[in-house]
Amino acid sequence: MADEISFSPDDKYNAFLATCKRAPHGNGKLAGVAVAVKDNITTKGIETTCASKILKGYVPPYDAHVIGLLKAEGAAVVGKTNMDEFGMGTTTENSAFGPTLNPCDTRRVPGGSSGGSAAAVAAGMVRMALGSDTGGSIRCPASFCGIVGLKPSYGRVSRYGLIAYSNSLEQIGPLGKTVTDVSALMGVIAGHDRHDSTSLDKPYNHTPNADIKGLKIGIPQEYFGKGVDPNVADVVKKGIGRLEELGATTVPCSIPSMEYALAAYYVTCTCEASSNLARFDGVRYGPAPDTKKSWHDAYQEVRSAAFGTEVRRRIMLGTFALSSGYYGKYYAKAQVARENIKADFNRIFADVDVIAGPTMPTIAFRLKEKSDPLSMYLADILTVPANLAGIPAISVPCGKSEGMPVGLQIMGRMFEDERVVDVAYAYEQAVN
Amino acid sequence: MADAEDQVIVGLEVHCQLDTKSKLFCGCSTDYRSDGPNTHVCPICLGLPGAMPSLNKRAIEYAMKVAKALNCEVLNESEFSRKNYFYPDLDKAYQITQYDKPLAEGGYLEIESDEGGERKIRLTRIHVEEDPGRLVHMGNVERGKYSLVDYNRAGIPLIEIVSEPDMRSPREARKFLNKLRATLEYLSVFDSEKEGSLRVDANISIKGHERVEVKNITSYKGVEKALLFEVTRQKNLIRRGQRIERETRHYLEARGVTQSARSKEQEHDYRYFPEPDLRPLRVRSWLDGIVLPELPDARRERFMAEYGCSLNHARTLTGELKLANFFEKVVASDKPGLSPLASTWIADTLIGELNYRDMSLDNVDPAAITGLVLLLKAGTITDKSGVEVLRVILDQLLKGEMAETPDAIVKRLNLAKTAGDTGAITAAIEEAINENPKALEDYRAGKGGALNFLVGQVMKKTRGKADPAELNRMLAEALKKRGA
Amino acid sequence: MVTEKDVQHIAGLADVGIDDKELGTFTHQFNAILEYFDILDRVEGNGQATRDLYNILREDEIEPSLPQEDVLRNAPAQEDGFIKAPRVM
Repeated sequence: MADEISFSPDDKYNAFLATCKRAPHGNGKLAGVAVAVKDNITTKGIETTCASKILKGYVPPYDAHVIGLLKAEGAAVVGKTNMDEFGMGTTTENSAFGPTLNPCDTRRVPGGSSGGSAAAVAAGMVRMALGSDTGGSIRCPASFCGIVGLKPSYGRVSRYGLIAYSNSLEQIGPLGKTVTDVSALMGVIAGHDRHDSTSLDKPYNHTPNADIKGLKIGIPQEYFGKGVDPNVADVVKKGIGRLEELGATTVPCSIPSMEYALAAYYVTCTCEASSNLARFDGVRYGPAPDTKKSWHDAYQEVRSAAFGTEVRRRIMLGTFALSSGYYGKYYAKAQVARENIKADFNRIFADVDVIAGPTMPTIAFRLKEKSDPLSMYLADILTVPANLAGIPAISVPCGKSEGMPVGLQIMGRMFEDERVVDVAYAYEQAVN
Repeated sequence: MADAEDQVIVGLEVHCQLDTKSKLFCGCSTDYRSDGPNTHVCPICLGLPGAMPSLNKRAIEYAMKVAKALNCEVLNESEFSRKNYFYPDLDKAYQITQYDKPLAEGGYLEIESDEGGERKIRLTRIHVEEDPGRLVHMGNVERGKYSLVDYNRAGIPLIEIVSEPDMRSPREARKFLNKLRATLEYLSVFDSEKEGSLRVDANISIKGHERVEVKNITSYKGVEKALLFEVTRQKNLIRRGQRIERETRHYLEARGVTQSARSKEQEHDYRYFPEPDLRPLRVRSWLDGIVLPELPDARRERFMAEYGCSLNHARTLTGELKLANFFEKVVASDKPGLSPLASTWIADTLIGELNYRDMSLDNVDPAAITGLVLLLKAGTITDKSGVEVLRVILDQLLKGEMAETPDAIVKRLNLAKTAGDTGAITAAIEEAINENPKALEDYRAGKGGALNFLVGQVMKKTRGKADPAELNRMLAEALKKRGA
Repeated sequence: MVTEKDVQHIAGLADVGIDDKELGTFTHQFNAILEYFDILDRVEGNGQATRDLYNILREDEIEPSLPQEDVLRNAPAQEDGFIKAPRVM
């Protein structure tokens, strides 16, 4: 028989879009653990909105695969967390239901797009949370809020039930205060799912190990160059110094394809998003279209009223990039760029075990600091390469700059999620 | 063959539902036709946010069978793409289909050309895709129009077979379609009797003029009708010196006409890109493991060799899987003895009588036809009585009754030939001559028609039971006696 | 360089409906972003995506569909088990 935990947090950071006052749970590895779930992960019987007005009131009739796994291990799904609408943002300001505030400094953003999940963990409202990471959406808020967040290797966690923003880039992943919690949650959600044709039979059964003697760490020059706040770079360099003290060696390296990584990322994600978000027309779910109008007119009315500006901007960018005559210039070229980025990583990983650098080029922005879309996009430069290549990457807190947390990012070879967890764990154990 | 000045040129895009148990990308049953709307849907085929497709292996196997049977080249690697457009029946606002990497390319299908003889119609490609849902149009102009959507059909697997513009008449287009249907049925991948299981778009032009696409043809007969309408329309335009617009037209089945689609609908930009939730296919090697059944052409040849069928009969009988099977059941007990009569009686008489009644062959027991053929072969009944027996059987079936056996019908209606009962025939002959003195006169005057007239009169009197050869002999004798 | 007319066309294709006030802003932003995307012109390589997975298929087995009330529950308008949608004729 299932037990319940009660969950009535004082949500002063607007981390949650929905909470379950009494959340049932069972037995298992996560028995009775309160887990918050990003609102783009489908939960049966619990409103799932992607922080968009277009899904207001939508109550899914099915659970995402990861939700089934959580429940099977006894976790209590206590609420759905705020995010940038459909995952499109780096601040969680693009929520139709108001921004989430950073618990470390409420004048600042928590990062995004999994800002609600990160804030809920950072504020101690839950022990762990699920987020999703398309171009940094787990690692960025982990870094800004001073917690741990893992973007798994592409294919290790089922995306079935993750409301798609950019299918070829994104993964569901864990956030927690400690590497141990993140690793434990990863152990529950990883593994093959026959409903996700891109998922792989690579379960994660790992206990973090802090021994990193002899580990070779690549330090890409691009992660410490132009655009990266020198104070942040210094904090991260010190963090990497600690890893050397633990017996690791560092090797300078370079990722030349970084120069077009961000463009490749934004072309890919806007193209895929333009198609993924076309289904929101109000017919099967969402706000009612005027059925007396012709369908194009009715859809335009619903979609212009219920999608936020950033969502419509990305839909249009992707629509343009896929439109007749432009496919070769944009989408096809972006896929070539991805191959080049993978090749760069493969070359480096032939030499080193992991790559380390800052997660974000800066500390958390002030609210409304980033108003111009392109400057906002540029903030993703250090996180998107891992998504483009599909490799695992973790962000672990490594000190502060201007009193705000800074994240150390560890990227690993494809499917070596365990190793990036170990490196983060080694760091965490050394500083605590 | 050099094309004439006003040669008609036709190419077809044929969509056929593959007869799998579950849908193309989810486990919903494909057996939806007798159930209420939106009862065969799940998060995947309803396009609920977060749901992902998983590809049905059997659909690919079926498509591969078709590719092999139609002599296509299966590509080393194929993949699915998204075709993006908005329409209320399209749950995800994109259709998962194949675009630049289809399952197979090339190939051909042989049809009987209008000049007689076989002709290869080349195929461009075969690809696999999902069916959209179904729309019902509601409301009226005053109170507002709207649509009702049933997603039961959404996600049913389709193959699209695209031909080259190799057909030269609406009739050839129909023949292509019939041959294709037969082939798919022989492969057991398609059920032509399921409503809406086949849909055709046709490209048609008159040589030297713009091409018109006719969409929305949903029946076998519709193809010929729609194209005949287009040929007339286009030729009339040319005759009047008008230009043929390159456009898309819809076929309105009920009215038998085509109608121009509004220009807005023609502005398509489908923004294809590879479906990121599916992985590519590398299935060419499966071809080696596919053992094709006997296909229509091979069966036709065998029917000619084994049963001595004429080319036309063999073509008709093998043109439908069910008919071919039916024929073989009818003659199974005595192939050489029954085949000559059975092929004629099935290919000509039975089909005609079934079509007249709009009946399906399914209702007919092959044993009944075997019985009928046996009676004819033994000379127990005349051909005329044979037709009567057949009609009685079909009419009984049509009324939902149990059909009598041919023997019982012959007995009940007293249809056995009056062989030996020369008295009755002699009496009928005498009567006929006496009642028609003018015919006797004509006969004496050497008018050939008079004899046939008298034969007809005697037949009427004997209700068709008299053997025609015997009757002729006896009538000639009777006339001779009267000095003619 | 995209013009306001281009942006309007794209908005139509995407059915997102933009108003006159937004048109200028969007056009301006698109030009800045597309200019940034031009860096992809410098990408070299032959572009075939490397995929390590092929032939991911499931068996042709029937699984339960949703109950009709679950299908209709989220639809804003329905009629006789059908989902109501805008007119197409």
